[in-house]
Amino acid sequence: MTSRPITEQDLQGYVDGALDPPRRAEVDDYLQRHPDVARRVAAYAQQRDELRAALAPIADEPIPAELDLARLIEARRMPRRSAAWRVALAAAALVLFALGGLAGWSLRGPSSISGPAPGPTAGIAALAQEATDSYRVFAPDHLHPVELREPGELVTWVSERLRLQRAVSVPDLSGAGYRFMGGRIVATAHGPAGLLMYDDDRGTRMVVLIRPMAIERDTAMTPHTSGAVRGYTWAARGIGYSVVATAAADTLHPLADEVRRQIEATAG
Amino acid sequence: MHDIMAAVEPLIPALRRYARALLRDRSAADDLVHDCLERTIARWHQRRAGGDARTWVFAILHNLAMNRLRQAARRGSHVALDDAADAATARPPSQEAGLRYAELLRAVDRLPDDQRSVLLLISVEELSYADAARVLGVPIGTVMSRLSRARERLHQLIDGELPAAVPIRLRSVT
Repeated sequence: MTSRPITEQDLQGYVDGALDPPRRAEVDDYLQRHPDVARRVAAYAQQRDELRAALAPIADEPIPAELDLARLIEARRMPRRSAAWRVALAAAALVLFALGGLAGWSLRGPSSISGPAPGPTAGIAALAQEATDSYRVFAPDHLHPVELREPGELVTWVSERLRLQRAVSVPDLSGAGYRFMGGRIVATAHGPAGLLMYDDDRGTRMVVLIRPMAIERDTAMTPHTSGAVRGYTWAARGIGYSVVATAAADTLHPLADEVRRQIEATAG
Repeated sequence: MHDIMAAVEPLIPALRRYARALLRDRSAADDLVHDCLERTIARWHQRRAGGDARTWVFAILHNLAMNRLRQAARRGSHVALDDAADAATARPPSQEAGLRYAELLRAVDRLPDDQRSVLLLISVEELSYADAARVLGVPIGTVMSRLSRARERLHQLIDGELPAAVPIRLRSVT
């Protein structure tokens, strides 16, 4: 028989069932004559089966709502559908919070985020509460909604007061119709927080607040509502963000995603 | 948009499995899949007509995962492997099998990222060698040599008494 010599690649192909039948027969024949190689190949095959079995349960889990493809496609299409979307957006205000430190009590407001009062005192639930409260204080203010209007100056101030290891950035939401107004430092139960404010052509306001997280330093985006105020809050690499708006979920969620995308892109 | 639903939605369970096997953290992995799906939607029109959607989407996910792992390495953060192994084998068929699976997954974690990804794409996700090469953006010969090294090293870690830091040399098979 003048067959080609068996290669390591053939042995891998044998394990993966990737050989054509004649070659497979040649490898079979080879393994019969080389029991040590046969043992090794058998170990590889067992490894493969066990690895598949160990990871199989993940693929059987129900798909989480945030990975609903139809919803993601719909959310992406929405900013381009101008008329209906803009009306909804005009009603929206977006608050992105990052607040600092971890202290013993939390601000109380008329809002309730995760249940009846007293409100949450730690983690992103507290952050969501703080974002909602700050939104209610500053968004309606028509005399001094912001303290600083220059983005660079604000970033320096916020980074210093929050003792952030990396610079915060001001998300550009002009693509969604929101103009950056400015921002300020606000007080929270967990220390200073950076507040960014945006508005649209109709004067509808949106605020962004940021603070370091002592716990829950990396979490998925979590939705919450408090009366007419809706928000999305998450934490990434030790910094928490909360986006709060008086808007429908399918309007606000893409905006929150866009904020997160820009922050992640800058942090990358 | 019907074509993207038909082509991509059935892939989501496998994308979650691949992401979690690489990152070993449920929320970080799902976050990665979320980013992957957003990019897939945004770039769907750039996809080569007639190209294989699975290979294309896996390539997006793989690149995001490698970026994430590099960032994690720079920050020096570590996933708690024991916890992660438990999470990854949430429903073992039996306790004994569950323990063995956890041990196996810990051994997989000790492989270099390039070997681990080849092993997972081929053994678990059942990509062909050619498709795995496309996902990883490397020649097929590189896929084969990484696969050989991954399997041999895993074999040593699981079944042999390999000192942790000693590089493996493949036995030649002639």
